Amino acid sequence: MKRVMKEFTGGNAMVSVLAVLASFIVGGILIAISSTEVQTTITYIGARPADFFNALWNSVFGAYDAMFRGAIFNYKAHDGVQMIKPITETLAYATPITMAGLGLAVAFRSGLFNIGGTGQIIFGAMFAGWVGIYVDLPFYIHFPLAVLAGIIGGGLFGALVGFLKAATGANEVIVTIMFNYIAVLLLSYLLKTPILQAPGSVNPVSPPVRDSAKYWFFMGDQFRIHGGLIAMLLAVIFTWWLLNRSTLGFRFRALGHNPNAAKVAGINIGLTYVLVMGISGALSGLAGTSQVLGTEKFLTLGVAASFGFDAITVALLGRSNPWGVLVAGLLFGGLRAGAVTMQANQNVPIDIVLVVQSLIVLFIAAPPLVRAIFRVKESKKAVAA
Amino acid sequence: MKLELRGITKRFGSMVANDNVNLIALPGEIHCLLGENGAGKSTLMNVLYGLYQADGGEILLDDKVVKFSGPGDAMAAGIGMVHQHFMLIPVFTVAENVILGHEPTKFGSLLDLEAARAKVREVSAKFGFEIDPDAIVGDLPVGVQQRVEIIKALIGDAKVLVFDEPTAVLTPQETDELMAIMKQLRAAGTAIVFITHKLREVQEVADKITVIRLGKVVGEADPKSTANELASMMVGRAVDLDVEKDPAKPGKPTFKVEGLSAWSHAGTKVLDDINFEIHEGEILVIAGVQGNGQTELTEAIIGMHGKTAGSIQLDGRELIGKNVKQVLDLGVGFVPEDRTEDGLVAEFSIAENLMLDRSDRKPFAKGLNINLDYLKKFALEKLKQFDVRAQGIESKASQLSGGNQQKVVLARELSRELRLLVASQPTRGLDVGSIEFVHEQIVATRDSGIPVLIVATELDEATQLGDRIAVMYKGKIVGIVPSNTPRATLGQMMAGISA
Repeated sequence: MKRVMKEFTGGNAMVSVLAVLASFIVGGILIAISSTEVQTTITYIGARPADFFNALWNSVFGAYDAMFRGAIFNYKAHDGVQMIKPITETLAYATPITMAGLGLAVAFRSGLFNIGGTGQIIFGAMFAGWVGIYVDLPFYIHFPLAVLAGIIGGGLFGALVGFLKAATGANEVIVTIMFNYIAVLLLSYLLKTPILQAPGSVNPVSPPVRDSAKYWFFMGDQFRIHGGLIAMLLAVIFTWWLLNRSTLGFRFRALGHNPNAAKVAGINIGLTYVLVMGISGALSGLAGTSQVLGTEKFLTLGVAASFGFDAITVALLGRSNPWGVLVAGLLFGGLRAGAVTMQANQNVPIDIVLVVQSLIVLFIAAPPLVRAIFRVKESKKAVAA
Repeated sequence: MKLELRGITKRFGSMVANDNVNLIALPGEIHCLLGENGAGKSTLMNVLYGLYQADGGEILLDDKVVKFSGPGDAMAAGIGMVHQHFMLIPVFTVAENVILGHEPTKFGSLLDLEAARAKVREVSAKFGFEIDPDAIVGDLPVGVQQRVEIIKALIGDAKVLVFDEPTAVLTPQETDELMAIMKQLRAAGTAIVFITHKLREVQEVADKITVIRLGKVVGEADPKSTANELASMMVGRAVDLDVEKDPAKPGKPTFKVEGLSAWSHAGTKVLDDINFEIHEGEILVIAGVQGNGQTELTEAIIGMHGKTAGSIQLDGRELIGKNVKQVLDLGVGFVPEDRTEDGLVAEFSIAENLMLDRSDRKPFAKGLNINLDYLKKFALEKLKQFDVRAQGIESKASQLSGGNQQKVVLARELSRELRLLVASQPTRGLDVGSIEFVHEQIVATRDSGIPVLIVATELDEATQLGDRIAVMYKGKIVGIVPSNTPRATLGQMMAGISA
């Protein structure tokens, strides 16, 4: 508990929390400005100021209230299923974002800026999808095999980046960005060939995944939440163990903090690059399985959605700490789920949520800004003479 | 011009870098500011030069209080500074460098290089510098580059000249020449502040000595003090600068380097036909001015240098062609010259740094896990054994002083089964106490029958620590001589002249 508090009050975690808070405040201002009600009432604010403040309160409170009802608990719903549906939606969105976020966190901690979440999710989804659609086996073999295929798919695609960096010195940022295009275009191509396209379909859609390869929908079919949630928690624990308890993770971190010292200590840098990117990609691949074998149940072009990029923010917001990534992933899942209700009920453009997400990135990227706003003192640092 | 610093105080957060420091430098006088690394010498001079603003105290020139908001102000007031790291542009000529910042012009805005050349020649002739104003600075030897810095200060009409650790990059000959120049400047009436931690130089030129420790002036010393007296004042306790060691009892030559050559990425030869051997229980010091192939030699030994030819044998096994891990596993202990860059992971704890090279094997690894129990036990033991002053094994390496960082590196390297110890400038930037400790550990390693290779750039360390000295110059070994070889001879060898 003491350690949890320390993590939480330590400069870094605090900056993350404050960044989120600041973003919501700025988001609120934007919601108010974009509200037509507020715009009209301000024209006669001198005559009837109460109207203006009412409109202000309604727009901001209404929007965030709608977000709450869309993301956590809908207290206005008429039956139990509708009431708890929002939180399950949040978890359904949070699952792939967190998994991919963990993958990127592993890379970030090892000093590699992996931007290839999208591509690695797609490769995981393609491998898992192919096994899930075309292989016919009993459930207890088929499902693990399909998940494993997804992990391997993402892992290989990631490891290839590590190999290119080790062998040629290629910059991983550029390579992963380009690999995202390769993955997207390859998926788009395969969805138009018999390899993945549903027979008789003219749309770029695959046949559905067989039931024997699907995640367990433990709350029934009316919810989109599934066994991927358990896989996500296992992935958090795995990543924590990898980074904090394993010797392999120790070498990853050594490479991340000081590649020179790692080299002098006899750590094989090239091999470590391959392993880091392999594991990083494997976790994103797992995110792909959660989509194709769970939420979506078949392969489309939109299988990776924006999860690959959300995962970057989530990894940064979570300070590349597995538990932090989990919290950030849940927050982003909630933002996504809540945004839909916010738009439907309050007519607040869904883009406001995108703005809030972007502001979070901005505030995290500029810790001094957040410190200045909230007057947080920088953690004591001895300055050398 | 008389310079007086009165009660200068400078704080960084809770740390007091300068605490009520007083110093007076008179024209025609060399005033030495003596102190260990981190004592606050450079901070004080940065305050004087306007790079830092003092939290208390004042600067007086000829008894008038002045305020400098930047180096420009200080220069305009007649203060010149010769920095430890030269502030020169290597691709510019001497004349271009010297006028940088206050370029003379003609016809309104045209650069008047001829005027600059004339000024360089004038100052050069006055002090016998023999510098060609049109030479490209990057092509000049380090000692000459330093003279360009001095000319730059003098042309700016400096009446007070500050030399900040000026001899760190010089050969012994160049150091002697610099001392002569300082004496000449003194005779011409310049007030000189000479910052150093090298006692020999202080004894040679100082008219006055102010000793500073932990940000405070601890007193003035008599220029005729002995080195041990000065060192004791600097450290705050009695010190013995001599390395205590018995004569070596060399055994078999187990480490041999034969015909070793190496090339840089660009293809230039950086090591040229290096041959030497080290016996068991013997310390061989590679002496030389920094940048003459010492770094490449140690890199080649531990398997980090790309293009090499020849042979490096340890216990009859060839090291060339092996990677770092394989070399370390053959029993090579390596203390890199830049400990923060190559020796430690600053963000890692002491414990983590201690297992940096052995995280993949027992007893540090238990299956795939780190054996945290063993690591804790091991780290506590080493902390005690190597007298690392830290809050605990969880302290980050970045929180340690240089001396304690080096102790962590030594603790790691010496706790393996060694067959060879390679240490590159093992005492660079350390305080006197840590230097003593590091020297003791190196001698103890030798006495346990291990061949030791030390790279040293300071002659005192080379002669005191070494049983034999190999002098390197431009990638070649000029000669291998006994450690009682006269200083002058070693100095000549460091400039490339065979003994």
